[in-house]
Amino acid sequence: MKAQFFDLKNKVVLVTGAARGIGKEIALALSAQGAHVVFNYRGDDSKAIALKEELEAKGGKATPLKFDITDYAAMTTAIDEFTKNVAPISGLVNNAGISKDTLLLRLKPDEISSIIDTNLKGAMMLTQALSRNFLKAENVSIVNMSSVVGLMGNVSQAAYAASKAGLIGFSKSVAKELASRNVRSNVICPGFIKTDMTETLSDKVKEEYAKSIPLARMAEPSEVADLTCFLLSNASSYITGEVIKIDGGLYI
Amino acid sequence: MELQEKVVKLVSEATKMDAANINLNTSFVDDLNLDSLDMVELMMKMEDEFGVEIPEDETENLKSVGDVVNYLKAKSH
Repeated sequence: MKAQFFDLKNKVVLVTGAARGIGKEIALALSAQGAHVVFNYRGDDSKAIALKEELEAKGGKATPLKFDITDYAAMTTAIDEFTKNVAPISGLVNNAGISKDTLLLRLKPDEISSIIDTNLKGAMMLTQALSRNFLKAENVSIVNMSSVVGLMGNVSQAAYAASKAGLIGFSKSVAKELASRNVRSNVICPGFIKTDMTETLSDKVKEEYAKSIPLARMAEPSEVADLTCFLLSNASSYITGEVIKIDGGLYI
Repeated sequence: MELQEKVVKLVSEATKMDAANINLNTSFVDDLNLDSLDMVELMMKMEDEFGVEIPEDETENLKSVGDVVNYLKAKSH
């Protein structure tokens, strides 16, 4: 039995990176709560329509917006059109993220750029592009998907860890800057979650991780989605600027 | 209602300051203690009321009620 957050019904929430992994699970969970899920996509229109239909089958509404998280012009055009013609956006989940695991000594400048541009700059640009809208919307809650790696660092993940740590400073600043308008901003730091991203890790790495997790298992993406719903809802109305680990005790 | 009256009314509603104490010389920062976020919100209200767009970098030059009235007059011509 899932917790029901009644104020999420019809709440308009933009989720980035909703095509798969944690982002998709969040979109599904929000749909089940009756929210209006807005998600961006890059290429394939038919996949976006399929996701829209899958979400609406759970409940609520879903709207795909076509823009790349690294393209500010396309982003602002799509968002302005939506917020002017449909509804203000009162929830944002900055979830889109990429990772390219490689030792620092092999890390190339363009790999650093693409990781920072997507994971950190993309979230910053999107939040910036929505900030005017946030002043008009009510009960705004922003959730930034960081990583436990952003807190503890990790071998072969220097750029990824830096981007995720950057999100924490960003989120805390947004929390302070917009608090007087009742806009909240929080960070979730997932640990080892069963997604495509962690599937690419070698079995040896997975085994080592599992050994260091007190709860001795990987998490289901839905467990992160539940926490996201809580932070987007008024059940967390006095929580802002917070960083919440969901890692089974991996980093204590 | 005249443009100036409308602007004063909006400023009064936004700041909870008696409209009688607001005139063209009233400064947003010095007299009304508005911070930069308050200013953005006030300009958004002006945009909605008068159906104009006030770009962010022009907001910086609007320091008094008179500045806004003049700006809106210029825009409407």
